[in-house]
Amino acid sequence: MATAVLSTAQPTPSQGAWQRFCRHRLALAGGVIILVLVLGSVFGPYLLPFDDTYIDIMKRFAPPLSGAHILGTDELGRDVLARLMMGARVSLSIGFVAMVIAMVVGIVVGAFAGFYGGVVGAVLMRLVYAVLCFPTIFLLLALAALTEPGFVTTTVLIAATAWMWVARVVEAQMRSLREREFAVAALAFGSSNLRIMFRELVPNAVAPIMVAATLNVAKAILLESYLSYLGYGIQPPAASLGNMLNNAQIYLTSAPWLAIAPGLVITLAVTSFNFLGDGLRDALDPRMNIP
Amino acid sequence: MARYVLNRLAQAVMLLVIVSAIGFAILHLAPGGPLSQFAASAQMTQEDLDRVTRQLGLDRPLPIQYLDWLGRMLKGDWGKSYRDGDAVLSVISSHLGATLELMVTATIIAVLLGFWIGITGALRRYSLFDSLATVGAMIALSIPTFWFGLVTIYVFSVTLGWLPAGNRETVGDGSFLDLLHHLIAPAMVLALVETAMWGRFMRSSMLEVINQDYIRTARAKGMPDWRILTVHALRNALLPMITVAGLQFPALLGGALVAETVFTWPGMGRLFLDSIGYRDYPVVMGILMFSAIMVLIGSLIADMLYAVVDPRIRVG
Repeated sequence: MATAVLSTAQPTPSQGAWQRFCRHRLALAGGVIILVLVLGSVFGPYLLPFDDTYIDIMKRFAPPLSGAHILGTDELGRDVLARLMMGARVSLSIGFVAMVIAMVVGIVVGAFAGFYGGVVGAVLMRLVYAVLCFPTIFLLLALAALTEPGFVTTTVLIAATAWMWVARVVEAQMRSLREREFAVAALAFGSSNLRIMFRELVPNAVAPIMVAATLNVAKAILLESYLSYLGYGIQPPAASLGNMLNNAQIYLTSAPWLAIAPGLVITLAVTSFNFLGDGLRDALDPRMNIP
Repeated sequence: MARYVLNRLAQAVMLLVIVSAIGFAILHLAPGGPLSQFAASAQMTQEDLDRVTRQLGLDRPLPIQYLDWLGRMLKGDWGKSYRDGDAVLSVISSHLGATLELMVTATIIAVLLGFWIGITGALRRYSLFDSLATVGAMIALSIPTFWFGLVTIYVFSVTLGWLPAGNRETVGDGSFLDLLHHLIAPAMVLALVETAMWGRFMRSSMLEVINQDYIRTARAKGMPDWRILTVHALRNALLPMITVAGLQFPALLGGALVAETVFTWPGMGRLFLDSIGYRDYPVVMGILMFSAIMVLIGSLIADMLYAVVDPRIRVG
């Protein structure tokens, strides 16, 4: 039972990080899968003889492996694999761009709140906690209902509902880092507050920020799929992993492959980013073992 | 204790004010603002619109409008649905039962399964079971809920024909068994993510407890394992689960929305999506505010409860 109490042999920090990362083979596998997905969605469409929006009414609902179409065709005779690659391109791009926006907003808010503390910090963090009260999907859909759907709005909205988690992580880091000697030294040196915040403190919080960024991509891809599945994200004829599932429910009986492939790719991508983030967390800071 | 409760209540009220301000801001971001319902009508001239604006008080300064709106919200006047003119609160409450039914069932499944998986995983750390559970939980957290719903429908409704593919009851039947039959699939789908979350939190909480000194003491004095587990470990490991219940509540609500959509379950989430489709902004905003308030109250209750069962909290 409770036997692992005393086995705390510590490797040195620098070699430990790499070892721990490698030990986390799932994280490594996640990284490889992400690489494959990115390469596949960037170069894949050029290797296929089919266009993702080309409609071929004569070849509707061709099942997978039944001819030239490896993954079959959809209700309009479009090649599923081509749509999958283009869809992954759109979904991954949204995931990355939304992550970058959410990171920038989250880091700035978190940095100001954590560095200044007091009234500024209290007000900013109250705002963060207030936005966190809204269940993400509800907030996302309500905002989407008020705007024109498209790539830009989808990305911005996802970022708008994801920055709070980053802000919370950064705020906590800032609050502890600003008391450290190097921060006090920078202050004594006459550095401006902004310089201390973004040149001294934020770079020292890079480990948790990287972990948050990775998990954020997973979250953003998942949210894009929800939004597009429900019809308020990427609009057809453009493909995204989510909107490919939009019509899949109607054809579930006759053409189940339309539902299987995009869902598998979403799950694969999100799981990979989650495992990568988990592995990074273990590798960069073993103490941060939050489930 | 009283001071802690008052302090926590004051915080919740402050959050509620900010939450309502966000809700109000979103309402005014709507195309046409609160007037969009009338602006869309071709029978309204600009003069009519101006008059309605004055009558509804929309020409007043925003802070005044906000206070007015907040006052009406507090009195239970959440506006009227554009669709049928019903009061927003009564529309929401008529759909709440179905959602609660789904959420409670899923939570019961998830808590039982999650606790079992988490405790077993912690006691046999790094065993095959633990590894599989950890990987499984991560995958469960990564699967889009709606897709898992589609797969469930395909397997259990289309292929096997065991479960209905949607709705809360068969029209004309509605017996208890019929309701239960319809509840299985959506509850299972909603419970997947929840189970993974409960399992992960339970595992780490249990791991923390069984590495404590008092557990070692209990072992040292020869107490049987099952007694240590039930009397010393489990009771302490369960405490943080109260906080987890509050933390995962927003995800549970969001998951319910998605499950309801896939299984055409007549709950609040389904109503929310339908209202978005109809551009029924009062209901959309009403549900948005309602869900945020539920989350707020949920976390408040969780914190209070934790303070009751764990005296360390209210002192520190």
